[in-house]
Amino acid sequence: MSRTLFDRIWDAHVVRELADGVALLYVDLHLVHEVTSPQAFAGLKREKRTVRRPERTLATVDHNVPTGERSLPIADPIAARQVEALSTNAREFGIELFDLRSPGQGIVHVIGPELGATQPGMVIVCGDSHTATHGAFGAFALGIGTSEVEHVLATQCLVLNKPRNLEARITGRRGPGVSAKDLILALIGKIGTAGATGHVIEYTGDAVRALSMEERMTVCNMSIEAGARAGMIAPDEVTYAYLEGRPRAPQGAAWTKSLEHWPMFRSDPGAHYDTQVRLDAATVGPQVTWGTTPGMVADITERIPDPAQLATAHEREAAARALEYMGLVPGTPLQGIPIDRVFLGSCTNARIEDLRAAAAIVRGRHVAARVRALVVPGSQRVKAQAEQEGLDRVFTDAGFEWRNAGCSMCLGMNADVLGPGERCAATSNRNFEGRQGRGGRTHLMSPAMAAAAAIEGHLVDVRAW
Amino acid sequence: MVTAFVRHRGRAVTLPRRDVDTDQIIPKQFLKGVERTGYGPALFYDWRYRPDGSPDPAFELNSPGAEGATILITGPNFGCGSSREHAVWALAQYGFRAIVAPSFADIFTANCYRNGLLPVRLAASEVDALIRSTEGLHEIVVDLERQVISDDRGFTAGFTADAYGRDLLLRGVDEIGRTLLEEPSIAAYERSHP
Repeated sequence: MSRTLFDRIWDAHVVRELADGVALLYVDLHLVHEVTSPQAFAGLKREKRTVRRPERTLATVDHNVPTGERSLPIADPIAARQVEALSTNAREFGIELFDLRSPGQGIVHVIGPELGATQPGMVIVCGDSHTATHGAFGAFALGIGTSEVEHVLATQCLVLNKPRNLEARITGRRGPGVSAKDLILALIGKIGTAGATGHVIEYTGDAVRALSMEERMTVCNMSIEAGARAGMIAPDEVTYAYLEGRPRAPQGAAWTKSLEHWPMFRSDPGAHYDTQVRLDAATVGPQVTWGTTPGMVADITERIPDPAQLATAHEREAAARALEYMGLVPGTPLQGIPIDRVFLGSCTNARIEDLRAAAAIVRGRHVAARVRALVVPGSQRVKAQAEQEGLDRVFTDAGFEWRNAGCSMCLGMNADVLGPGERCAATSNRNFEGRQGRGGRTHLMSPAMAAAAAIEGHLVDVRAW
Repeated sequence: MVTAFVRHRGRAVTLPRRDVDTDQIIPKQFLKGVERTGYGPALFYDWRYRPDGSPDPAFELNSPGAEGATILITGPNFGCGSSREHAVWALAQYGFRAIVAPSFADIFTANCYRNGLLPVRLAASEVDALIRSTEGLHEIVVDLERQVISDDRGFTAGFTADAYGRDLLLRGVDEIGRTLLEEPSIAAYERSHP
């Protein structure tokens, strides 16, 4: 029987079928961070259980850590306690930790690939919904809750209902100024925030093949915003070229063997998908969200939609509520909406290519007087690379703040938050009410679009640059 | 250990919104704890309380009679967004035992089953009928054993719970303890996949 990429990875990890469609699934890599793990470790201790495979577990601090000065203790005592708890737990259970002093520290979904720990055909879990990012390498990578984190720590397995297969076929040539972020935002706009619930998305098509490894991560990262359990892309030469030589990637003979093995992680011709959607990349322009879900998105050339024109009562209500929260009026052109803050960062768009794309826009210009702009690299290694290329100077000369790595203003758990009513052009993944700070208003977009908005002081079509 | 759920009788409160994400259910500032308890007061914090900390009378959970409700009726795609289990802890610790909606996000559903909170999925038309029927805040009964939700005004609807999750809830199973009994299978898998 022909199988999809996801079917293959699933089949290869079934420890035991527990019931029809329910399996005990083996986990190859478990990523851990400070916010969703303390209760799991406490549960292990209470029950006198151990971590079954500490060497398949990697920990870092990212969600609540300060992105400013690192030589001082963390000012927030509650956040400090959580960071300290992870440090203690990692030591007690023998788990490798990339802490605030480590040059390898960074957002968990940035450092996994960076280390080469993320590899094709793996099952990867983390107590974080953006774990979908790792699917870019042809892995089945999913976010789990803290009870499941504890379960994986104790058993190296997860009990899961097998999700269905959804193919998102993206074809055609992207126009200039159109990024991977625009493709995924357009797709979410098309299928909705619950459009892929219960499914694993496999991204296929020539427009997907044409993406760089980092662009693929951006696409897979936001699979959860369409409700998907995971997103994935079959590995190819782009994948192997990215992984070769990375510290945790197979080396020598093992590398040669992997190169023979990995190409099997693909969908058979004619494999069955339960759902299929298509997107023509050539029709996609730079995208900007206008509401309070990532599905409330439009082309930058469009206007704020009129809720009255929407199909169902639920949609009309949701859009009206979103516009009230966002302080926007139907019919207003997106271009020209003034912004107060710019956030370049997050597991979606804070890798070196993202910083280069933004720097190319910013170079030789200055942030608008009304705007406060922040660059938060996805990892300390990304930061070091950017500094080696002089990108930090490009940003700081233009008036951006240049920070240390972390999740930062994507979710505002540390001091990087929006004030009430402040409007932000953000490269992150969620524009939910209050996500970046209570009363804060988030517009999601690509790094180039956010950079251009910083310079102009309002939303702008980067293609005009 | 999961709190068992077999049958529950309680009053319902309605939150007629779609796409209620876990950032709304529990905002980020309450995620810094290292304990599993104490999240009830933070439930729907930014909607429940005004910036000055006083309860917002316009929010459904603050309406007269909503106090003591144990069943939440809401819109589609409830629990979307972040995987934070704190959202389920907050709902359960506030006092909810069941959430009724046309659809739920996947990670949220998995978290519910591991915390004694039952997600009840009904057709949108059935949810609307239930909302109409429960006006006046009378009691409804959620029966997980029979997979039926009903009230004493004639509303009855069947639902299908996730089979594995239903088993966890009905028996209040220690899931990890149960999986640890699979040790021979896990060890065999590891031997064949070095």
